[in-house]
Amino acid sequence: MIYIFYLFVYGFLLTAAIGLFASWFDRKVTARVQYRVGPPLFQPLFDIIKLLGKETLVPSGSSKITFLIAPVIGLASLIFVSTLLWLNALNPARTFLGDLIVVLYLLTIPSISIIIGGFASKNPLASLGSSREMKLILSYELPFVLALLVPVIKSNSIRLGEILNFQAQNGVVAGSLSGFLALAVGIICMQAKLALVPFDIPEAETEITSGPLIEYSGSALALYRLMKNMLLFTLPFFLIIIFMGGIRFVGIHLLYAFLKYIGLVALVTVIRNTNPRLRIDQAVRFFWGPMTIIAAVAVTLALLGK
Amino acid sequence: MSMKLKALLKSPWVFHLSTGSCNNCDIEVLDCLTPRFDIERFGMLLAGSIKHADVLLITGSCNRQSVIRLKRLYEQIPRPCLVVAIGECSLSRGMFIHSYNCPQPLDKIIPVDVYIPGCPPKPEAIIAGVVKLIEKVKRDKGKK
Repeated sequence: MIYIFYLFVYGFLLTAAIGLFASWFDRKVTARVQYRVGPPLFQPLFDIIKLLGKETLVPSGSSKITFLIAPVIGLASLIFVSTLLWLNALNPARTFLGDLIVVLYLLTIPSISIIIGGFASKNPLASLGSSREMKLILSYELPFVLALLVPVIKSNSIRLGEILNFQAQNGVVAGSLSGFLALAVGIICMQAKLALVPFDIPEAETEITSGPLIEYSGSALALYRLMKNMLLFTLPFFLIIIFMGGIRFVGIHLLYAFLKYIGLVALVTVIRNTNPRLRIDQAVRFFWGPMTIIAAVAVTLALLGK
Repeated sequence: MSMKLKALLKSPWVFHLSTGSCNNCDIEVLDCLTPRFDIERFGMLLAGSIKHADVLLITGSCNRQSVIRLKRLYEQIPRPCLVVAIGECSLSRGMFIHSYNCPQPLDKIIPVDVYIPGCPPKPEAIIAGVVKLIEKVKRDKGKK
């Protein structure tokens, strides 16, 4: 029963609230960078409520069940990941063997749900966007996993809780040279996982008009938007836990937690506002070339104890 | 007012359709997104796909070629939706009123909620028109 409470309150409500706030922050900072005023605070919430009230259209000839169930799969797996991360952040003793690996593969499922939905919608642009998303996953997963190896090597454990305890005793992973390199790779991979510029190749508003989501409307689109907004919380939170010592809810640490999170979101926003979109072949070359090399160097340094 | 309608008025995403305009109105619509006017203050975004849109902005004189596409797009937009006619051409066909190619004005083809006159209308006029549209929806809902 207590786990249902965690699933609903921490995994869904709290994550969604912070995610919607982060989405507003992202849009507001974007607007300020462009000398605009930007949307009001509750704008992302109103977007979701509006979409929930709209008609949901299913394109004729599409696979109806797959089309409608894909956003639910993505959102559900994301809620699981958030719950796991919250459990570890609140009490590191609640960890289990290999939860880092569980988090790693559950974090891929939102992208896979977008691929499934895009292919199910029987739209050529959606199929194009889905195939690009698939190539993007193949490209960023390799450096991302290599970067995650660094805290695993340092703390000699694949439990999130033990990585947190290690950092509480020996200082944060990002403080060392290898940890810093791995964090940099992790941030770039997070940008690609969030599908933001310069890696918004699958969506590409001006080119293939939001790609896999083109046929989605109403509540199905609302679920996808909520998923993306929650991802804007979950991924930085994951990086904070494994590289930056997690968050604690006592005294001054609350301020540190807030600063860490807002810093990461602001970094993502600034990267997205100062870069053009890459082509898919450039993105694959970027991730398999420089990013993998930097991550491999970080792993080697970590093995040497640096 | 219901939560659903309130949220719709707080975040109307617009889809911009040109049915054979001279591009002036389209440029004025794009001007609304620039830092000087910034309609994202009111939660409006330019949607790329018609399935994401709530408001259909129509410019141009509805010629025979584009009327087919216009009807198809109007069928695809998820309800509840609103239609805004922008510019003289879409209001009354403007200088093309005697043209062989523009048989009917826009509001004889699909129902129009608000008209924004001008050739082209200023961005201020477009924003004022959208504000009138929002007030109209609120008032109509109040009567029912």
